Amino acid sequence: MSAQHAILAALVLPLVGALGIALAARISANLREAVTLATAAALAVVVWGLLPELMAGERPALRLAEIVPGIEIALRVEPLGMLFAALASGLWIINSIYSIGYMRGNREAKQTRFYIFFAIAIAAAMGIAFAGNLITLFLFYEILTLSTYPLVSHKGDANTVRSARVYLGVLLTTSIGLLLPAIVWTYYVAGTGDFVAGGILAGKIEGPAIGLLLGLFVFGVGKAAIMPMHRWLPAAMVAPTPVSALLHAVAVVKAGVFTIVKIIIYLFGVDFLFAAPSSGWLLYAAAFTIIAASVVALRQQNLKRLLAYSTIAQLSYVVMATAILKPLAEIGAATHMVAHAFGKITLFFAAGAIYVAAKKTELQQLRGIGRRMPWTMTAFTIGALSMIGVPPTGGFVSKWYILAGAFQADNYIAIGTIIASTVLNAAYFLPIVYMAWFSRESTPPQRDHGEAPFSMVLALTVTAALTIALFLFNGPVLELERQLVEGTL
Amino acid sequence: MIEFNHHLPALQVVVPLLSAPLVMLLRPAGLAWAATTAASVCAFAIAVALTLGVLAGHEYSYQMGNWPAPYGIELGVDAFTALVLLVVTGASTLALLAGRTSVDAEIEQPRQPLFYTAWLLALAGLVGMPVSADAFNIFVFMEISSLASYILISGGADRRALPAVFKYLVMGTIGATCYLIGIGLIYLMTGTLNLADMELRIHEVADKRPTLVAAGFITVGLALKAAVFPLHVWLPNAYTYAPNAVTVFLAACATKVALYLLLRFDFFVFQPNLDGHAVQFAYFLMPLAVLAILVGSGVALFERNLKRLLAYSSVAQIGYILLGASLVSLAGLGAGILHIFNHALAKGALFLAVACLASRCAGVRFEDIAGVAQRMPWTMGAFVLAGLSLIGVPGTAGFISKWYLISAALGEGVIGGLLVAVIVVSSLMAVVYIWRVVETAYFGMDSAAAAGPGESAAGVESATGVESATGVESAAEFESAAKVESAAKVESPAKVESNENTNSSGAIKSIGKVDGAAGAAVPGEAPAMLLAVTWAAALANLYFGLQSYLPVALSSSAAESLLRYVP
Repeated sequence: MSAQHAILAALVLPLVGALGIALAARISANLREAVTLATAAALAVVVWGLLPELMAGERPALRLAEIVPGIEIALRVEPLGMLFAALASGLWIINSIYSIGYMRGNREAKQTRFYIFFAIAIAAAMGIAFAGNLITLFLFYEILTLSTYPLVSHKGDANTVRSARVYLGVLLTTSIGLLLPAIVWTYYVAGTGDFVAGGILAGKIEGPAIGLLLGLFVFGVGKAAIMPMHRWLPAAMVAPTPVSALLHAVAVVKAGVFTIVKIIIYLFGVDFLFAAPSSGWLLYAAAFTIIAASVVALRQQNLKRLLAYSTIAQLSYVVMATAILKPLAEIGAATHMVAHAFGKITLFFAAGAIYVAAKKTELQQLRGIGRRMPWTMTAFTIGALSMIGVPPTGGFVSKWYILAGAFQADNYIAIGTIIASTVLNAAYFLPIVYMAWFSRESTPPQRDHGEAPFSMVLALTVTAALTIALFLFNGPVLELERQLVEGTL
Repeated sequence: MIEFNHHLPALQVVVPLLSAPLVMLLRPAGLAWAATTAASVCAFAIAVALTLGVLAGHEYSYQMGNWPAPYGIELGVDAFTALVLLVVTGASTLALLAGRTSVDAEIEQPRQPLFYTAWLLALAGLVGMPVSADAFNIFVFMEISSLASYILISGGADRRALPAVFKYLVMGTIGATCYLIGIGLIYLMTGTLNLADMELRIHEVADKRPTLVAAGFITVGLALKAAVFPLHVWLPNAYTYAPNAVTVFLAACATKVALYLLLRFDFFVFQPNLDGHAVQFAYFLMPLAVLAILVGSGVALFERNLKRLLAYSSVAQIGYILLGASLVSLAGLGAGILHIFNHALAKGALFLAVACLASRCAGVRFEDIAGVAQRMPWTMGAFVLAGLSLIGVPGTAGFISKWYLISAALGEGVIGGLLVAVIVVSSLMAVVYIWRVVETAYFGMDSAAAAGPGESAAGVESATGVESATGVESAAEFESAAKVESAAKVESPAKVESNENTNSSGAIKSIGKVDGAAGAAVPGEAPAMLLAVTWAAALANLYFGLQSYLPVALSSSAAESLLRYVP
């Protein structure tokens, strides 16, 4: 299979899987689940199969369609996209195993629809990862927004529909209202929207317009949840937990920060932006989001909402690291995408397991739950430590690089933000961990429960292990990121 | 063969015009429908042939009865004409193919041949206007199409159509009269009615004032016909109370033809001759276009009748077309003309989906369509797709228009920035009004299903099925159990089928079944033919969103020919 075929397969496989799920569901639910798992496995094989070629310095590309001359749908594999695709496709397998346990254990309705739109969302994520130009990226970005709407509104009651409205409203408003004009503007001044190492905008645009365009992009990519465009993320928590875990901790939100990183590196160019004074605000916006979201997270009583605000803060780490505009910080940004993905998906998996086993959603209910669900809470603890950035977890590695980059640039605002936010992270995660392990249950639960279904425990154990593995064996990830930096700086 | 191709512009009008009296004589109604559809398909084929010819670089000019141009009547087809012809004949053909059942439901059998006759006359008038290169001939076709559309709109069972059509008639007549006055003034000054000749002769006339007045009359008259804000007041009710098939037909193309004439006159005839006409045109129409966009979308936000909602959205979309034109630049004009095509695609598909809904619901007000997606998943799927195109989501035809409009506006400096904001804000309003429909249809309480005894019984059964099922396999068990139980209790298993497979291919099977089980408690999917055409139109939105060569080539070529006099 040539690389071109593999790229195409990465897009088409989940869609074929969606069709297969629809057909298989008419025969039996087990077959449907089997199709999901098989599709996820096949996708991972295809995507990971692209790695060796990429490491060898190849940049396979593929042109899908030419809408009109000059505007085309084109795909191109580069290190950052590869990282994102490998992450999303790999975690989709684990998440599918988890989903099966969650959806069945929770006796959710309309499971077929759930799996179909999940597969479509993954296809969109692959499209974003491999997008070769802005138009392609925007196309799949919007498909991702729309295909996750049925997942967020899954429950269908009035409250869910209202939250789903916020979700769709914010994401579409930002993308059509800000991102689209920014994209057209880019094509208008540069004549192209191709992602080229070193950027395409240098010399095409100058003065305050740079800052304005950057602003349109950064706030237009609502998925990155830079304040004040963050409201959709807490709203999305009404979705079933597997959606929150893979999509709203990994695929969708990472698609957001990934888009911003890609725009900064491949459209503006790091050097060009570093020399432009009007782009400096981005760092402050990201730093503000980190601190503000962490403070808000401190006050949350609902576990999933707390995790959502923590995600908002962690996403801005990536944006802030990118905005430092130094090689080590860019590596830190990319590593943080991986580290946060492993850590946060573990946390969400744990939250979902607690919900399925004990029907508990609020922090105060978690007293002493560690003794009933030791595996789940161990994983939760590892995830929380990674969020704080304590070794031996992946979160430490990324924070290390971001700090190194900040020192490289003598950027004391970034350093101060990271320190403050680490303290805040510890302040809202450690009490939960403490409560779960060392407090006594205030009231005995209505139902004497143990761990969640096996498939869920398996999934969260694997992701917790990955969180630690990222600390111990991060060579391949960093190698990939060095390629990213070499190509651009 | 070349000889035959040469006659295509004439045949484009002649085929529907001469089929009309023939159809009047045909009985039964089915035969009349078949003949009308055949004529419309023929007309569409001719339009396609003309388009291919134009794309190959051919310009058609046809002398009626071989009388040379300034004296005889000339017909002409260039890229702009071809684009409008495609839209008109395409809309008519789709509406006819889809509309059989909906016409049957709304118009009693004996009157159908007359209805179809009026349809063909309207079609003949609507294609006659663009192909005519003669100002008075245009007026004749305008009257033919207007009178026929009044009949079409008031042809349905809904009596509210009568006051609506009366308003349309009065305003339409005023518009046509304004146009005629303008033509009369020019004829007085130049002694010619041929557009090309007119353009040359006006140049020679020393006193420009009558021409200026004529330009005003013609612009306002055509703006009225085109429902340009604030002359749009006839449009919403006319679209709302017309039979559904007629709405599909007229909404996609009637106003577009008037816009075509407006641009043709202002750019082709007046622009080269009147100093500062471009500026006057822009200053007069740009504010109206902006108001149309904002007010049209704004009213649509609060509308609770689906057809009225889409009609107000049309007012806004006409604003887009005009906004592009009022930039008086190649890019702007091209974007506006492109939107004629793309909006017809989106709005045609949307009104087709509405026709599907109307065929199975008590009405198309929000309360009638609440929760309807459960039993009509395919219809709502097409509606969402076409709605996304209207919003301008990438991958759809609407996106291409938005792209070119925003690009064109960016070329205009500060005003351009404001126009981009207007376009964007209105797109967001479109998100809101489309999504209100989607939420109602997908998450609302289905009154029909609640009322239907069969459906509610199945609902209760399945609900208890969920509660009582134990074990991890509950989903599979529940699905099969619900099927068995409801099959025993309810006569039509197809209902449950379509209820469960809201999103999947399973519904294909249920379409056929529902038709067979008509008369059961709750109606399911729309008639197969109607649905198939709706989906074809919806998919066309995707196709032209990903392969936009044809409309873009036509519209940019049209813009170039309209602006060839502007330095």
